[in-house]
Amino acid sequence: MVAVIEATGLVKDYGDKRAVDGLTFSVQPGVVTGFLGPNGSGKSTTMRLILGLDAATGGDVTVNGKHYRDHRAPLHEVGALLEARSVHTGRSAYYHLLALAQTHGIGRARVDELIDLVGLHDVARKRAGKFSLGMGQRLGIATALLGDPHTLLLDEPVNGLDPEGIHWIRNLLKALAAEGRAVFVSSHLMSEMAVTADHLIVIGRGKLIADTSVDEFVRLASGAVVRVRSPQATRLRELVLGPNVTVTSDEPTVLEISGTTTEQVGEIAAANGIVLHELMLEQASLEEAFMELTRDDVEFKAEMAA
Amino acid sequence: MSAVTVPAVPRLESTGRVTQARVIVSEWTKLHSLRSTRWSLLVAVVLTIGLPAIFAAVTSSHWAHMGPHERADRHPLDIALGGVNLSQLAIGVLGVLVITGEYATGMIRASFTAVPKRLPVLWAKIVVFAVVSFALMLPSVLVSFWASQAILSNIQPLHTSLSAHGVLRSVVGGAVYLMLFGIFCLALGAIVRNTAGGIAAFVALFFVIPPLLNVFPTSWQNAINPWIPNSAFRSIFQLTHSSHSLSPAGGLAVSLGYVAFAVGVAAVLLVRRDT
Repeated sequence: MVAVIEATGLVKDYGDKRAVDGLTFSVQPGVVTGFLGPNGSGKSTTMRLILGLDAATGGDVTVNGKHYRDHRAPLHEVGALLEARSVHTGRSAYYHLLALAQTHGIGRARVDELIDLVGLHDVARKRAGKFSLGMGQRLGIATALLGDPHTLLLDEPVNGLDPEGIHWIRNLLKALAAEGRAVFVSSHLMSEMAVTADHLIVIGRGKLIADTSVDEFVRLASGAVVRVRSPQATRLRELVLGPNVTVTSDEPTVLEISGTTTEQVGEIAAANGIVLHELMLEQASLEEAFMELTRDDVEFKAEMAA
Repeated sequence: MSAVTVPAVPRLESTGRVTQARVIVSEWTKLHSLRSTRWSLLVAVVLTIGLPAIFAAVTSSHWAHMGPHERADRHPLDIALGGVNLSQLAIGVLGVLVITGEYATGMIRASFTAVPKRLPVLWAKIVVFAVVSFALMLPSVLVSFWASQAILSNIQPLHTSLSAHGVLRSVVGGAVYLMLFGIFCLALGAIVRNTAGGIAAFVALFFVIPPLLNVFPTSWQNAINPWIPNSAFRSIFQLTHSSHSLSPAGGLAVSLGYVAFAVGVAAVLLVRRDT
């Protein structure tokens, strides 16, 4: 498959501060790609660079083989929902969408269709400044879908949505990817990405930390832990310990062993006649994996702790 | 799968390309769909017509008590175009808001995502603003002229007509002045990207700096004054021109130069700056 978004050595400085630091990644069609990082790690900046709203200090990023600004029908290439509000507060949702649609010769019927799709029918003629955060996000989604784009670029789309809205977004993103579109969605919430994304691009302080599948990311981050419950835990501990194996224990009868597999532990137990009450592989949650990988990259960590 | 069904996103049969004409249509939608625009324009129309009517009524009722010098000071066109001095504030504020309103609310990001080449947005804003402001201000100054003449009908020395020398040029010039002034303010707004800053910039240039020039020797003033933006723009609609002011055509040319310069700076910055 040909990547739709290609970033190569992307760098962005704001004064002395380097917001994006040599990012290279690609986004594929047909899957939801999660763009993950702590707040302030450069996700929004990267998205602005893709859209050409900010000019890169170095490196390059293309959409469908061209710079975004060189496309003749940009809204047909990329539909974007930026984190910062991008709506005139004095204008109604209807006229907001219509004005943007008209730049591409898209008609009023399409505007009405999308207002219905995102459930803003009853408030479409009200000033957008009166909208709740959730309604604003729905308007943002309608804006992004206006040009029936090949690629969706969504910056923290679940922000401010109620549980029903979050559910709706998740399903929408999956449905859009299933139609063959590229869906690039940022979040600082691991749990959100765990249920939505197929692939992950993880950044911290503007640098790429991981570019991998969600499953692989968890393995890569912390490795799996084998949990064993046995009345002879103390003896088992001595038997499994090795150069790459570490064992922790919170209770006298429970061991958490990393650097091994359930098979190896089971075989060691059987060979030594040790009774096991429980033997299971514990996957670290995506959240834990994320914390592990970005621990050193969270800015202002010291200040926050203080 | 989930119990919540997602309605499929309707497909779009065909997507058109971005063209300058389409961006102009879009900017017209943006302009008329804001309450602040409608208010600014209404205020400009009311002031342009209403103030001269009041001036004319006051002049008419006090004419009998005026001495010869005071009467000689009155000029029918000063009365007819007196509203322009105030309505230009409403036009200037609107010109600034057309662009800074987008920066203040973040709308500019949506605009530049739809039209990433950016310059078509600036051109479209200027075209729409120019057409709308001229289309409203030209009838306003004409109505103002006829209304003030009707009110002054009992005072023979203050009678004039559009066919009199320079009168049509002055009256139409009033509308041209307001339009060019508004475009200049729009460009200032695009340069400073901030509503308060944009308004401060045009107020300083047109209302604060000109009187400050009085500290200079008269010979300097006579050399500088005709060329500053305020004087050059006003030459477009002033009836009388002395040796220390530009001719109407000269004033128009210099004003167009100022507008072109401001728009040029705005265009360069618009393309270069991060949004």
